[in-house]
Amino acid sequence: MQYLLALFMDESGWEKMTPEQQQQGVAAYGAYTEALKSAGVLVGSNRLRPSASATTIRTTNGKTQVLDGPFAESKEQLAGYYLINVADLDAAMQWAGRCPAAQHGIVEVRAIWAM
Amino acid sequence: MCEETHAAAEAVARRSRGKLVAYLAARWGDVAAAEDALSDAFAMALDRWPREGCPDNPEAWLLTVARRKLIDAARRQREDPNTDALEMLAGTECNELPDEIPDRRLALLFACAHPAIDEAVRAPLMLQVVLGLEAAQVASAFLISPAAMAQRLVRAKVKIRDAGIPFRVPERSELPERLDVVLGAIYACFSEGWTDACATDVARRELASEAIYLGRLLAELMPDDPEVCGLQALMLYAEARRPARRSAEGRFIPLRMQDARLWDAAMIAEAEAALRRASVARHIGRYQLEAAIQSAHIEGVRTGRVAWDAVVHLYDGLVQVTESPVAQINRAVAIAERDGAAKGMEALEAVSADARVSAYQPYWAARAYLLAQMGAREEARRAYEVAIGLERDPALREYLLERCAELGE
Repeated sequence: MQYLLALFMDESGWEKMTPEQQQQGVAAYGAYTEALKSAGVLVGSNRLRPSASATTIRTTNGKTQVLDGPFAESKEQLAGYYLINVADLDAAMQWAGRCPAAQHGIVEVRAIWAM
Repeated sequence: MCEETHAAAEAVARRSRGKLVAYLAARWGDVAAAEDALSDAFAMALDRWPREGCPDNPEAWLLTVARRKLIDAARRQREDPNTDALEMLAGTECNELPDEIPDRRLALLFACAHPAIDEAVRAPLMLQVVLGLEAAQVASAFLISPAAMAQRLVRAKVKIRDAGIPFRVPERSELPERLDVVLGAIYACFSEGWTDACATDVARRELASEAIYLGRLLAELMPDDPEVCGLQALMLYAEARRPARRSAEGRFIPLRMQDARLWDAAMIAEAEAALRRASVARHIGRYQLEAAIQSAHIEGVRTGRVAWDAVVHLYDGLVQVTESPVAQINRAVAIAERDGAAKGMEALEAVSADARVSAYQPYWAARAYLLAQMGAREEARRAYEVAIGLERDPALREYLLERCAELGE
């Protein structure tokens, strides 16, 4: 089964970090990505630009509304994702627990709706 | 004849339901679909068996019919993502059925008590899926409206299917933690039934015996686990005393005043055997400690002397393992019995800062009891009043009122 690990975090955390800490953070994600790859479970992953760069679009009654900013104004924002292919929720939860984001943010595990 | 086969079908339904649901749900990954298919199969059995006679292997007959129903249902909606499961089931359909249907109930229990399932619905889910209780029965037992309960159960089953919650016994490394959740759900179920001491509410009374049934099942499936045996012992010790907990007029009788002749001796013997089995592993845990405390009290009533020193030590262990204020309150009372009310009060004061106890009846009752022994009548009266105000059970309220009145003017 495929699962999306959606990474939510407080974006201001990154700016508060020293360059060394930032470097360590990047390295931690690099190592995690490598681990997913070598286990043969990684389908895809990306880091997202900060939510300030988000544009939200909704069409009501044929009229398109464009808003500057993310859909939900909350402290934790979607910051990236991993798409993985594993046997079941237990395996997905194990990978989610190893993700660096689980320590400084939140990892939401969602099953992919197979079409 | 007709009635006989009807009874046979019902007996198979009661005995085999959990096993058949577990087998089908594990292969299909979908509890609700397995339940639907199986109830269709039961309906067909009730229709056919009286006319055609009971099949030689009723379980296999039901399984074959249910499996066909599942495949038919999946074929009707081709876009169903479970095509792998469909092929697997269809593939095995032509094969001979196994002589013995593998027992997957343990895997089903772990799926129902998965950490990804809402904690409040785990015990109800086990009762419905493994034992086949109706949503309405489960609802009244947990004091929730049937509609709300049905909705929660449906939601949990959809989650199991869509989120891919596995049907298997967890790996050794995560087993203790996961098993804890299963035990917690079974114990929650028992406690719900236990609170209704007079068994005036049939649904809740049954809850205690259903929990014991699940406990026995678990002990049968995992006979070497000390906490599984510990929980079984704990529930049996408590249930054995049920007939003595209330007088014929429905009045509350505290443990130390109970008539030991009314206890269920066979159940106590079973509890003792389970506790002995648990001790072989030499790995102490919460349920073993609680069961051992029960055992000490039972022995105390039988012999007329409670080994308070041993009870205090058991509570020391329980406080350490659970960090629960409830255990601390009971420990304080045991200390009072061993070293006097003042020492007990000292131990009780240590928990009074915990916000959770301020609305907990046993804390106030224990406080009142100790204050009364210390001669602090005014304070004792105030504590009894709070305890009475917090109690829902009329028999217990009556008992507390009498103790309060005994303080005199």
